[in-house]
Amino acid sequence: MSTLVLLTITGLGLGAMYFLVASGLSLIYGLMGVLNFAHGALITVGAYAAWWIGEQVGGGFGTRLLVGGALGIVVGAAVAALIELVLVRPLYRRPVEQVLVTVGLALALGALVQGIWGADPKPILLPDWMFDTTTVLGANVPNDRFVEIGIAAAVLVGLTAFLRYTRFGLVIRAGVENRAMVTALGIDVRRAFTIVFALGGALAALAGVLSGVYFGVVDPARGTSLLIFAFIVVVIGGFGSIGGSAVAAVAVALIQQYANFYASSGIGDLAVVMLLAAVLLVRPGGLAPKVAH
Amino acid sequence: MTAALTVRDLHVHLGQSHVLQGISFDVPTGGVTALLGRNGVGKTTTLRALMGLVPRSRGAIALGGDDVTRLATHTVVRRGVGYVPEDRDVFAGLTVEENLRLAERDTDPRYELVYDLFPELRQRATQRAGTLSGGQQQMVAIARALLNENQVLLVDEPTKGLAPLLVTEVAAALSRAAELTTVLLVEQNLPVVQRLARDVVVLDAGQVVHAGPANELLADPEHIQRLLGVHGGSH
Repeated sequence: MSTLVLLTITGLGLGAMYFLVASGLSLIYGLMGVLNFAHGALITVGAYAAWWIGEQVGGGFGTRLLVGGALGIVVGAAVAALIELVLVRPLYRRPVEQVLVTVGLALALGALVQGIWGADPKPILLPDWMFDTTTVLGANVPNDRFVEIGIAAAVLVGLTAFLRYTRFGLVIRAGVENRAMVTALGIDVRRAFTIVFALGGALAALAGVLSGVYFGVVDPARGTSLLIFAFIVVVIGGFGSIGGSAVAAVAVALIQQYANFYASSGIGDLAVVMLLAAVLLVRPGGLAPKVAH
Repeated sequence: MTAALTVRDLHVHLGQSHVLQGISFDVPTGGVTALLGRNGVGKTTTLRALMGLVPRSRGAIALGGDDVTRLATHTVVRRGVGYVPEDRDVFAGLTVEENLRLAERDTDPRYELVYDLFPELRQRATQRAGTLSGGQQQMVAIARALLNENQVLLVDEPTKGLAPLLVTEVAAALSRAAELTTVLLVEQNLPVVQRLARDVVVLDAGQVVHAGPANELLADPEHIQRLLGVHGGSH
């Protein structure tokens, strides 16, 4: 029983990261039709920015994490906005070139991070209470898992409220359904594009910071590995759906954890791909297709 | 008097197809001008080109004398152009109230007018637009355009697929709209055209083949048959 609880809470922690990456990816594709392959690089950029800024700030581990994490998120948002304005915007009607540019950018940013800080993982120093465990139904669960789950839950609630109760959220939800009609109501949808890209960058960077907490290190390959599963989450959850992404992220992470433990290590990834195939066969549009909510 | 809308030598290519081949016409200020023609002659494309929703290869469009040819769609709309698309294009996942709120441009949107014309929308404010009937969706689409003061309203086949009772209701709403603004109406239903339109422009194969007062055309069944391929007297 305690093993199942530990696996479940650890899976939810992993799912929290998948959700943060997938929600930004999903909104960007849903609204703008852009498959942003550079999204993984934003995870890496956010994680390294948080680590580096934390190192410069010094002080206690908690202060480093808090200040570094907050500024890492700002860096992620700023880099994403810059990517949208400079590289993606001129290519809105050219999807093939968009893919090439974002793939190239992902490679370039990854190489840049490695060039500056090397290929070796960098340890993230955490406050002691995060290493401590809390006993849940007999399982000793590391406290950092609750932090990851709590932050993702807060983001889910915040994003849902933002989409439901703000005018900007209304524009995004409508734009996901029918971009042309939004412009035909006199709304400059390009501004929405930049803000959604920046929001996606901030969420990716946050996922990068939390991945540092989860794995204890930041490393240049983390963004790519998280991105692959985030893409699967987006397809299962339905492009443009935050709720769908949340459900799919939890499902993917739990299946991965259970299969790796109860079947064999490595089977988790195969199980996730089988889940993806099953969803595509039964519901090709995903769990909640093409409506932002 | 300056025309509300002036179109000169407008060309539109969609893929390999030369859909609009240099159309020119004026929409006089006030009242309804109907844009008529057989299926596939370019009526919807004309409205979409005026909105900037399809690329224009050549030509000029002026709104109240001001050139708007190169403006982006949202800027054209902000200059005072309302649009009711052929397929209604309501946002299915949004409620009726959210659909209307999204369309707000003016500081004082005309909800009183909209709910006076379509009282049903007030009752269905919290209902998702995707669950409405076709007629109710058309009300939402027209209401969105009427919410703001516009110089010109572009309305594309508003009675298409509607039950006769709803056709009357929609025509009444457009008649009221025409008291407030200039309407360019694409419509296949000739009785509706007869009731609303002061002027007509007829397209054929991407070109303007007739323009003039509506009553002159509608009083001539042979002319109608030749231009539109329908019997004017049968409606």
